[in-house]
Amino acid sequence: MATISLQNVTKAFGKNNVIHGINADVKDGEFIVIVGPSGCGKSTLLRMVAGLEIITDGEICINNKRVNELEPMERDIAMVFQNYALYPHMSVFDNMAYGLKIAKIPKNEILQRVNTAAEILQLQDYLKRKPRELSGGQRQRVAMGRAIVRKPAVFLFDEPLSNLDAKLRVQMRLEIKALQKELGVTSLYVTHDQVEAMTLADRMIVMNAGNADQIGAPLEVYNDPQSTFVAGFIGSPPMNFLNNLFAQNQQLDSSAQQAIDRLLTDLPTEVSATLQQQDNDNLTIGIRPEHLSLCEPPTAHLIGKVKYTEPLGAETLLYIEVQNQQTITLRQAGDIEIPAAGDSCFIRVNTALICLFDSKGKRIQI
Amino acid sequence: MAASGMVIKRGKSSWLSHIGMIIGVIIVCFPIYLAFITSTITPEQVAHPPMPLLPGDQLLHNYQQAFFSGINAPVWKMLVNSLVMAMGIAVGKIMISLLSAFAIVYFRFPLRKTFFWLIFLTLMLPVEVRIVPTYEVIANFGMLNSYSGLILPLVASATATFLFRQFFMTIPNELAEAARVDGASPMRFFWDILLPMSRTNIAALFVILFIYGWNQYLWPLLITTKPEMNTIVMGIKQMFPVGGEVPDWPLIMATSILAMLPPILVVVCMQKLFIKGLVDSEK
Ligand SMILES: Nc1ncnc2c1ncn2[C@@H]1O[C@H](COP(=O)(O)OP(=O)(O)OP(=O)(O)O)[C@@H](O)[C@H]1O
Ligand SMILES: [Mg+2]
Repeated sequence: MATISLQNVTKAFGKNNVIHGINADVKDGEFIVIVGPSGCGKSTLLRMVAGLEIITDGEICINNKRVNELEPMERDIAMVFQNYALYPHMSVFDNMAYGLKIAKIPKNEILQRVNTAAEILQLQDYLKRKPRELSGGQRQRVAMGRAIVRKPAVFLFDEPLSNLDAKLRVQMRLEIKALQKELGVTSLYVTHDQVEAMTLADRMIVMNAGNADQIGAPLEVYNDPQSTFVAGFIGSPPMNFLNNLFAQNQQLDSSAQQAIDRLLTDLPTEVSATLQQQDNDNLTIGIRPEHLSLCEPPTAHLIGKVKYTEPLGAETLLYIEVQNQQTITLRQAGDIEIPAAGDSCFIRVNTALICLFDSKGKRIQI
Repeated sequence: MAASGMVIKRGKSSWLSHIGMIIGVIIVCFPIYLAFITSTITPEQVAHPPMPLLPGDQLLHNYQQAFFSGINAPVWKMLVNSLVMAMGIAVGKIMISLLSAFAIVYFRFPLRKTFFWLIFLTLMLPVEVRIVPTYEVIANFGMLNSYSGLILPLVASATATFLFRQFFMTIPNELAEAARVDGASPMRFFWDILLPMSRTNIAALFVILFIYGWNQYLWPLLITTKPEMNTIVMGIKQMFPVGGEVPDWPLIMATSILAMLPPILVVVCMQKLFIKGLVDSEK
């Protein structure tokens, strides 16, 4: 049981700064997912918490105790690696027991702890096997088991599911979540898969090039993204971004101009006020695909042409080109009639749910 | 094994290739067979050609004489010397190169690269090149005619260090990190994880190095002057009389056959591990 706090944690490899100061507080028993694109520093951050990477600057505390200088073992953490890192010459039992043996835990307690973990993970029948005689999912479980038997204060996972096939991944995801809730161990979990992030996290840290762009509960992050990066990264397909929607010098035909005017009047007053008071060329309007819908011409906010469609069964994605050659995605239920590619279409925007971002991509709170 | 899958029956050409292989085997084995024949006959029979092609009746007598009295020193004594030397060299080389490869791969210390290349450079200097200064050093240490003198100068090995380094570099870094998270100290990681994982490599290397040590000729010739410190390979050479006398061929051949047995034994016993070590890298 532990809390973790990161204070202005920074990491540089030589002159190359990869983490630019991250602050976060993790509550006891919380499941935190660190998510972000490849190379943004997720693993590095996790490894600093683990003690496998030296902390260049800042402070990491576990249970309010500074751990910067401690060896991994002294931090009371357990880590699950992406490639499992099982000891190939040891049986499953020995793999799980190794840390306990080093900690000089009595034999019968080791036996009991490993057996308990094996039971939880349904590995009882495999305890004598070598890792190479196991399937990917079983290896994954052994790696989890190795973490569980230590009864650590913190679990650290570095993309533990990325080597599994899609179906197994979903299953293991549920198992990990259930296990973590059952054991109540504070966990940090790194992934670049946003579905994993959304489903597992109590709160998530969205990282972008070494910065924590946003920290919050999954739905909070989804509904209330603090930057265009977060809005684009979380959600699939990503949020639509529209620029220069209300610029004066556009050549629009009369119906398009009417639609734009209608949009401006339908926007919440604070939003349209902001749009008008600032130099609105620099603002970006963000709107999720499911907050757009097709409508009749007289109520349209945008007019465009269907480029192509993706019927997925339960839902359909429409890719539509609107003014200024900008393409937006529209998500509608699968039972609604699908327009053909090349058709003109009329789009209504759920104006209450629009997000505004400034020229640097930061959210403007209204 | 994979090899059995590669033998394809193809009628006539299979016959031909078999004949070819049999001829090859005969060519390789014939000298050894001849040596064996010679070791079973009397010196007079050797001196009067033609050589018999079937074993004679002196087998027991010749081998007994060679084994227990020999010419300069009894063969059993020389075999023991060779065994000590070969084992010393093989085990010593493996231990030292394992440790130095471990240091080079897993520790960051100043001049790490330099040290590696220094070790690597010594590959270019075979024993023969540095034999005079080495002799001087060993003589000053008073190690002439001793096991340590036989073993120590040959015990450092760049080749084996290089081999283990390459092997360690194929082991995923996460394994070392997992061990660290499990609380293993570096030496513990070495004993519990690296060493068992290297065992096929160690076995392969042991065979090669044992034979290398066993076959050392020049170095034991230089530093052992007492017959009871002779190793078998050089001992055979010492069995030839200095003057114009006729060598005792049957005795010499019996000694040669005896000298061949331990390396063969090592190869046969470790064959399975040896081949595994050469062929697959067990992950
Ligand atoms: N040992 C190292 N030396 C130098 N640079 C490194 C080192 N390890 C990582 N980096 C750099 O740090 C940055 C972050 O790497 P990191 O492994 O944390 O990314 P990641 O977010 O985990 O990506 P992925 O999703 O691909 O695993 C990368 O640009 C990488 O090149
Ligand atoms: Mg990573």
